[in-house]
Amino acid sequence: MSLLEVENASVYYDDFQALYDINLKVEEGEIYAVIGANGAGKSTFLRTIAGVLSPRRGRVLFEGKPVDHMATHMRVVHGISMVPEGRRVFPSLTVDENLEIGGYRKRPGPWTEEKIYELFPLLLPLRKRQASSLSGGEQQALAIGRSLMSNPKLILMDEVSLGLAPVVIKRIYDAFQTLLDSGTTILVVEQDVQHVLTVASHVACFLEGRIALQGAPSELTNEQITAAYFGV
Amino acid sequence: MEWVNSAVQGILLGGLYALFATGLAIVFGIMRLTNLAHGDFTILPAYLALVLVGAIGLNPFYSIPISMAIMFMVGYLLQRSLLNRLVGSKIAIGVIVTFGLSMVIQNGLLLGYGPNSQGLDAGKIENMSIRISENLSIGWLPLIIFLTAVVVISGLQLFLVHTRMGGAFRAVSDDHQAARLMGINTKHIYAVAMGVALGIIVIGGTMMGIRTTFDPLLGNQRLIFAFEAVIIGGMGSGWGTLIGGVILGLAQTVGAQILGPAWSIFAGHAIFVIILAVRPQGLLARTVLAKGVAS
Repeated sequence: MSLLEVENASVYYDDFQALYDINLKVEEGEIYAVIGANGAGKSTFLRTIAGVLSPRRGRVLFEGKPVDHMATHMRVVHGISMVPEGRRVFPSLTVDENLEIGGYRKRPGPWTEEKIYELFPLLLPLRKRQASSLSGGEQQALAIGRSLMSNPKLILMDEVSLGLAPVVIKRIYDAFQTLLDSGTTILVVEQDVQHVLTVASHVACFLEGRIALQGAPSELTNEQITAAYFGV
Repeated sequence: MEWVNSAVQGILLGGLYALFATGLAIVFGIMRLTNLAHGDFTILPAYLALVLVGAIGLNPFYSIPISMAIMFMVGYLLQRSLLNRLVGSKIAIGVIVTFGLSMVIQNGLLLGYGPNSQGLDAGKIENMSIRISENLSIGWLPLIIFLTAVVVISGLQLFLVHTRMGGAFRAVSDDHQAARLMGINTKHIYAVAMGVALGIIVIGGTMMGIRTTFDPLLGNQRLIFAFEAVIIGGMGSGWGTLIGGVILGLAQTVGAQILGPAWSIFAGHAIFVIILAVRPQGLLARTVLAKGVAS
């Protein structure tokens, strides 16, 4: 049984169909990368798994059980957590308070505030600062830490490297191994494919709401990926 | 000495306005809902006290905890059944729905109790006062109301900063979608917030019912005073609401002293308009709940 199975999922925004019959399986303990150009449906796909959107047709199974009709906040209880696009930290709350809210559901597991500060030492001196005063990279680290505080089985990361300096991106990707070691499976959406393909065990390339290419990065050629990415 | 007296009475009156305004500030701060029925909700506890006094002969003061429990439930259920449907829709929709709610409450009270003024009898405390000098005495009741406002607002701040649910309130106020992604059931938080807002309204509403008479149509005026106190103080700021209430109260009593009693309400509105023109974000806008509104 896969940790996450998406079966023939079609997702709409009102009359506009954003995803067409998506089939995808994420195994426990892996890094699964979803890549694709702007508007390919990557974020829509992640938001469907987080429960912000629901598929009109098809199913989403988590640990073998359908979660299509489960509210977003209940999916957190069951171990799905999302780092939203644009970080979305709580601006008026301090770094500490943001992490506390991340642990709101008190799911048992290895992650505590102290562990988050070990993972991202750059946050430690900022504990009492309001999140709105943090830099983009600091906010991204906080957003990931906040998500981890729910001790998720599956963490969804939406464009975590967007707009960040390469050194910060490297630090975030370095943290992925710690996440895997803690038993968390990672589903990451990226527009910038270079970095993510070096760490991912599986990749799906989205093109205009469909999966154009799927497989292990080691078995795919650059030409295949480029073709699927740009649809040529 | 008359000036000192006006000033003291104005400050104490401000406590009452702050009590009325606090619920409005909570509801706006967390749900971004402009609750036009808020004034009518301040009248409702006085009638509730009337019922409880009539039914079990309770002193109206002791009806407050019972009414608070009832109004908390009313607020929770109202939010869950009706107002949660409005969250995220355009501001005008909330205004229209709560305006309708206001009509329902006013006309319900008119049907049940008629247009005549009613009063609550709390015994001797209504007229007892501390005599400080020949021209200055402080009524016990206004003093109790003011101190209650201070206690309620401090309590609310402690709740927001130091409890798990208070943290959730602030997170939802900042970004309700992100809050849901953190596992917070926003529908429940909204409903609790409305319950807390209506629970707090009971304190001011009942005490005002003891202090003066009330009728079913008084809510409109109270809504305006509550709005003015919130806006003077800064949207969503707890202590700002108290300061806003005090400034409004002072403007009314000191204005009456200078211009004559008929100008009391006008003086309050005038100060409000001046502050709105000079500092539209309010005096203390940059506190926890105000953030999302200010930016």
